Amino acid sequence: MFNPNATDIDGPILFSPENEKELATLIQRYPYKRAALIPVLHMAQSQFGWLSPGVMAYVAQRLELPEGKVLQVASFYTMFDKKPAGRHKVEVCTSVPCCMMGGFAVVRHISERLGIGVGETTADGSVTLLEAECLAGCGYAPLLQVNGEFHENLTPERIDALLATLR
Amino acid sequence: MERVITANWHVEKAYTLSVYQQHGGFKSLKKVFGMERGAVVPELIKSNLRGRGGAGFPVGAKWSFLPKGTDVPKYLVVNADEGEPGTFKDRFIMERDPHRLMEGCIIAGFTLGLKAAYIYVRGELVLATRRMEAAIAELYAAGLLGKNIQGSGLDFDIYVHRGAGAYICGEETALIESLEGKTGQPRLKPPYPAVVGVFGCPTVVNNVESIACVPLVIERGAEWWAAQGSEKNGGPKIVQISGTVKRPGTYEVPNGISLRDVVFSDLYGGGPLDGRTIRAVIPGGTSCPVLRADQLDVKHDFDALKEKPFETMAGTSGVIVMDETVCVVRIAARIARFYHHESCGQCTPCREGTGWVSKILDRIEAGGAKRAEVDQLLDIVNNIRGNTICPFGDAVGMSIGAYLRQFPEEFIAHVEQGRCTYPAW
Repeated sequence: MFNPNATDIDGPILFSPENEKELATLIQRYPYKRAALIPVLHMAQSQFGWLSPGVMAYVAQRLELPEGKVLQVASFYTMFDKKPAGRHKVEVCTSVPCCMMGGFAVVRHISERLGIGVGETTADGSVTLLEAECLAGCGYAPLLQVNGEFHENLTPERIDALLATLR
Repeated sequence: MERVITANWHVEKAYTLSVYQQHGGFKSLKKVFGMERGAVVPELIKSNLRGRGGAGFPVGAKWSFLPKGTDVPKYLVVNADEGEPGTFKDRFIMERDPHRLMEGCIIAGFTLGLKAAYIYVRGELVLATRRMEAAIAELYAAGLLGKNIQGSGLDFDIYVHRGAGAYICGEETALIESLEGKTGQPRLKPPYPAVVGVFGCPTVVNNVESIACVPLVIERGAEWWAAQGSEKNGGPKIVQISGTVKRPGTYEVPNGISLRDVVFSDLYGGGPLDGRTIRAVIPGGTSCPVLRADQLDVKHDFDALKEKPFETMAGTSGVIVMDETVCVVRIAARIARFYHHESCGQCTPCREGTGWVSKILDRIEAGGAKRAEVDQLLDIVNNIRGNTICPFGDAVGMSIGAYLRQFPEEFIAHVEQGRCTYPAW
């Protein structure tokens, strides 16, 4: 069950065998380990779901960095979740071209359908609703991104059809 | 016009090596391998290829600044952190034609004697990342990356590095900091990246479109490239049109095309939506000062837009169009909120100032501000501008300042009427 108030993840914090291999590849790309921090945080987030204090400490240990440095970087970048997020992050672009083409109406529509506000997650942990800055699709506004995929030229019908697939 | 930069965008599977090669891909690299190493930079200089990431710095000149004859490794960093609101071209190059970008990287590697290229791609661009990683894997398998590429003696690698959501990382020194695994906070210049860049080594930082143009300059020749644009602005370029127009999207145009044509021509923007009137146009992403609809008879290039009375920039060529139904005060407030959110927090005028500007603009838009606050707003933005490490602060000052300069009556009307009379969003 989704617990928005979780203070850390359940179970042991260890990279999977595939991610161990990936870690070695990532480190090799740079003259020193620290440069792999952001790619490794992406990898950790995709394995563990979010960057809990335990996960950040583990990444710090693996890259031989002070824990504070990892927290500093994890807090600077918006894609890193320092608290549990839903399985699907729905990010609606409300940047300048989108906002005049109905971006905020999309946010309101989703918010009403799911009964959650921006930054909140549904009770079943399926969807987190977010506003995003320019997602590089301005000619096809309004648009949103979910799980790395773009959904452009949105209409209420298309939004509803998409939401039905997010479980 | 003939599609050059975007020629492969509608070719099926042009993102694969075989299709890219069927359409002439990697012929320029072959040509470069047969040229003197020193011959490419003069070609680029002659072509007047200008950086397509916003600042318009000549690509050839930038390459010429890298120190020669040093044993220290040198790097190319490709700025693929596309995030300027109104900009959506680099994403398509990476998704649909990634090998052209890779070919440009390898040409840079050979010409400048580089160790590797890092492509710093915006974290949100998942398909672009996947396509580039697949392209790179194909190139290693084909012997076009790695050791002694095609017997040229060049050892060269390309790595894709994903960002994680920070607009400021589009600024080259913030991008370098981020690539080193740190928070993306810009560095003081000098030293410039050409001297001390990533990992403390000489680095050339170029935008995706700039690097993707390099093989095309080699293929067509510098004279051809220079002849496609206006003076000192060589080549075709990709404009992106968004907002209240009939035909939003990406279009390849000659550099220096009239901005009016970009917005109104049936080949491009197609003019206003039925029954509407265009009122304001941002010529190159939201950091560029806004123009009024009576100021569109200007060449869209890096030099003409700078001149009086326009005093704006070509930026990323992301043209954003607003009609009479759009409240420009609300647009300014939205841009200010963006800047407040994205300020890296390093310089006080920007960190604090963007918050004040955002609050005051929200208050003016809602009708709750006093007349004096409009003047105060101008005072604040003028005190951010020029007082920060990086150009972010200048962009805040120039863009917000332009709304006040171009549409003063709108700000006064909000204050006097105590409300916004435009349709809600």
